[in-house]
Amino acid sequence: MAEIARTSPLAGRFVGRPHVTVAPAPPATRLAVRAPATSRGALARALKVDLFDGRQIRTVGPRMSLPLGPDEWLVIDEEGADLAAICRDVDALHSAVDVSHRNVGILVSGIAAEAVLNAGCPRDLSLAAFPVGRAARTILGKVEIVLVRTQPQAFRVEVWRSFSDYAFSLLEEATRDPGF
Amino acid sequence: MLLIRCPWCEEDLPELEFRHAGEAHIARPTNLASIPDADFEKFFFIRSNPKGIVFERWRHVHGCARFFNAVRDTVSDRFVTTYKAGEARPVLPAVGDTGPAAHGNVEPKKLNVRKPAARGNGK
Ligand SMILES: [Zn+2]
Repeated sequence: MAEIARTSPLAGRFVGRPHVTVAPAPPATRLAVRAPATSRGALARALKVDLFDGRQIRTVGPRMSLPLGPDEWLVIDEEGADLAAICRDVDALHSAVDVSHRNVGILVSGIAAEAVLNAGCPRDLSLAAFPVGRAARTILGKVEIVLVRTQPQAFRVEVWRSFSDYAFSLLEEATRDPGF
Repeated sequence: MLLIRCPWCEEDLPELEFRHAGEAHIARPTNLASIPDADFEKFFFIRSNPKGIVFERWRHVHGCARFFNAVRDTVSDRFVTTYKAGEARPVLPAVGDTGPAAHGNVEPKKLNVRKPAARGNGK
């Protein structure tokens, strides 16, 4: 019988330069969550990660919650837990949609990571304006992304699967700056 | 690039993250089915479009995704202030001289060029 395997649209792609590395993130499960303030506690207890009402991400083990708006989060689990199933038993009013395969993660790291992202992202990505642990939905070139600064010189880009070739190629082009 | 202050994010962010969404403070009639066509036209199509200060809806679509209102000067393109959707029109700070072509807070009809006064009999 033929084997069926899910292939990442960025499988095999990698950019390694002296000052910056661009690589696809390992597979993960993802949940798009919207919930009013009154439901947040119950959801956070079920997901075992705080849904923080601010700009900073919250990380517990392989799971992190990224605040995107006043009542909206993206939860990512790098060990592939079934996040939608966890929320199924929560009675409090909320919306939770499994978007694991809608997004692809791209990891950008190195001393030139900030400059490479700024080739397509108009935000101020200096450490003062976009510190470690900060997450935001923003723009990369022509596509929408969710950007997280995981370390001073490391970012995670979450982009829709069908835009991932564009996003990765744009970052790859940006690394060709002779300075990098 | 313009920086626009999102009142939800409380940050000045690049204009590429935002989208304009028409004139603000237009109340949808509650009796939409029964109003005369002329009133519907006014509600649906007619906008003030002044030269100078305008109240607009904007959306931080590639950010927090929330709608908000902005007070903008259409002459200088300067954002005077922004506030959350649903809040009352703000009392505007005095708008200073925003450049040679600024006509902030001048009623549109006062900005229009007057028709030349009728000449005598022209003969
Ligand atoms: Zn915002």
